Amino acid sequence: MDRRTTLKWVLAASAVGPLLRQRDARAYSTLTARGYGTDPNLAVNYHPGELWPLTMTSVQRRLAGILSDIIIPADDHSPSASTAGVVDFVDEWVSAPYSDFQRDRGIVLGGFAWLDAEGARRFGKEFVELDSAEQLSVCDDICDAARAADALREAARFFALYRDLTAGGFYSTPLGRKDLGYMGNVPLASFDGPAPALLESLGLL
Amino acid sequence: MPFVTAETLQSNYDVIVVGSGAAGGQSAYTLTMDGAKVLMLEAGRNYSASESSMFRTPDLAPLRGADTPDKPFGFYDATVDGGWNVPGEPYVRASEDHAGRFEWWRARMLGGRTNHWGRISLRNGPYDFKPKARDGLGFDWPIGYDDVAPYYDKVELLIGVYGSNEGLENTPNSPPGCLLPPPMPLVSDHLIRQRAKKLGIPVIPGHRAVLTRPLDYKHAPARLHPGNATAQKILMEDMRSRSPCLWATPCGSGCAVRANYQSTTVHLPPALKTGNLDIITDAMVYEVTLGRDGRANGVNFVDRISGKHRHAAARVVVLAASACETVRILLNSKSAQFPQGLGNSSGKVGRYLMDTVGSAVGGQIPLLENLPPLNEDAAGGDQMYVPWWLYREQHAGKLGFARGYHIEFGGGKRMPGHNTGAGLEWLTGGSYGAKFKQDVRRYYGSFVWFSGRGEMIPNDQSFCEIDPRVKDRWGIPVLRFHWQWSEHERRQAAHMQSTFADIIDAMGGRTQHAVQSDGAKAIASGGSIIHEVGGAIMGSDPQTSVTNSWGQTWDVSNLFINDGAVFASNADKNPTLTIMALAWRASDHILGRMRRKEL
Repeated sequence: MDRRTTLKWVLAASAVGPLLRQRDARAYSTLTARGYGTDPNLAVNYHPGELWPLTMTSVQRRLAGILSDIIIPADDHSPSASTAGVVDFVDEWVSAPYSDFQRDRGIVLGGFAWLDAEGARRFGKEFVELDSAEQLSVCDDICDAARAADALREAARFFALYRDLTAGGFYSTPLGRKDLGYMGNVPLASFDGPAPALLESLGLL
Repeated sequence: MPFVTAETLQSNYDVIVVGSGAAGGQSAYTLTMDGAKVLMLEAGRNYSASESSMFRTPDLAPLRGADTPDKPFGFYDATVDGGWNVPGEPYVRASEDHAGRFEWWRARMLGGRTNHWGRISLRNGPYDFKPKARDGLGFDWPIGYDDVAPYYDKVELLIGVYGSNEGLENTPNSPPGCLLPPPMPLVSDHLIRQRAKKLGIPVIPGHRAVLTRPLDYKHAPARLHPGNATAQKILMEDMRSRSPCLWATPCGSGCAVRANYQSTTVHLPPALKTGNLDIITDAMVYEVTLGRDGRANGVNFVDRISGKHRHAAARVVVLAASACETVRILLNSKSAQFPQGLGNSSGKVGRYLMDTVGSAVGGQIPLLENLPPLNEDAAGGDQMYVPWWLYREQHAGKLGFARGYHIEFGGGKRMPGHNTGAGLEWLTGGSYGAKFKQDVRRYYGSFVWFSGRGEMIPNDQSFCEIDPRVKDRWGIPVLRFHWQWSEHERRQAAHMQSTFADIIDAMGGRTQHAVQSDGAKAIASGGSIIHEVGGAIMGSDPQTSVTNSWGQTWDVSNLFINDGAVFASNADKNPTLTIMALAWRASDHILGRMRRKEL
């Protein structure tokens, strides 16, 4: 995360509560790894951490998992986000050596720091130590940037990005595709289009 | 004769073809099937569609396949060593403003951009070759629809294009047997068609180079190569070996079963089979060389592997490097006889660069929520489209802009990816938890998008030239781009926005953002639609054009331009089919002149 973003977060948190502790300098350092280049091998299966090192600390990864599962918990259709590998995906994303991703890195890691500071301010504990009701009370205040209080606008932007990453990380897996009932990506002898009964029910026949 | 190197290339080629995409592929095909010995030079690496990432899912890719500066159209896009920026091969923009910005997409690979293109294959209509005659703007081509129509027929028969004949104004029908049947529409296509009709907007089957059924290998070869038994046999075998569409996995990944058109899967295999084609890859052509007689005698190129500069010789040189790269080669081919660059005695090389006007609006449609599971991979997009429909109103001067646009659109339950479930706050109020999962299921497949693709009128402020300072990694001077839209394009973009909002409204849907009524903001930046053409336009006057109606440069009789650089206008119709038709036509002309010993 760049220094200006860090400062903005620290100021945002300190304006309403105790100063944010910067727990790991490495998390905010500029990444030096290289991207996969303009001619990568498309035929192999990649796993987060192979192309560039993952950089989130174990503390950040724990928080990432808890927050992902608040956003996408297990339900009757599918398991939770962390079960589908979302933490590795988020870590890969914020560790990617491309400028857009490094911008997201600042927002995500800064947001994690803000959650801890906010937990400490409201309940005297870091976010992961809060009970579920306490965690949700923080999330409720930042889950919609359009409704968030002015002082929470930055935090709400973080939450929106983190929800997008969680959703993208979850629904792009086999578990996510199954949850949505995706039927494609299989070779067919013919494509027959939607059933007439469906079109009729929609007034399209 | 197959793939050669700088060390093994021959010295007795009939024709050099620079570039291996739509224009280069078609030129090499036409020339070699009729017996000409051809050397094709491609700046990028060798590529085969067997490298395609077909059926691979985002969870197997880094960043779930998200686009990065290394792969701007996503990890699994077929493009190799390409994008808006190619390492070591810079270009210069005279302006960075949205209004004056031009972005240049390149792909350094065999087959060029045909490996990832949208496969939309529309014929220009009669108006599109004579636009100035209709409204007094821009330029008329020295040829008309009737000159090109037989070549549209041939290209459609060869590559395989689905579509239908609707008999609409300036939207030509194809003769019987040319088109493959269109694919079935998606639910969203049905809805768009029904509601657009109420607004007087016609929705008809799209035209794309995708095989919806096997090619007619028994009859097409004889229609394409009458009297040429060898060519017929080669083509028959090749057509038989192409599979029809598997109705799955994006065309942009490249198609290993050859169910869609890529130069590498359709043009080059039969051309290689003739034994008349040599291909050298990693060969970056930068100059056309002249003999003492003032005729082209070959090209200079950099072997990108060794970095060495080389020469290749032939009787005829065909440039098919893509409009801007062709311009660059011409302008860098300076000699005492042609100090301003080759083919440039008119001063028109690089002038009248055009792209397509683009603007898009997306919407969410409640009627499409919570549909049962459906396989909607279909043909990979553009099952249907809207051809320009306001010819009468426009001609009567009622629209405030002079040229038309067509509408591409899409929807359906596409494969979930790294964007699925993103940005739903405007619909969900920021839900998370169990409610969020319900919301994602509810809205999945309920989004539609509309993209306008409109005609830009050539102007004096949109051009490219050689930058006086910047050179690429091999020391070759690079292009500098200048760009400006006119009020016609800006108003057209604003019209697109209001039209798309009207359609979404008629579908009972809503747009996330207010539509953009300011055309300057609605219009996509120059080059970003990747339909750049012009720069060496054809005409009937050597003072005002670079080539004659055959793509033959006025200045050098054995130098031909077979790519989009010769376009004298850029109709709303996507340029690739016309590029191929013109390349076939020019190549037939070259063959005839070679037979008559005129070349």
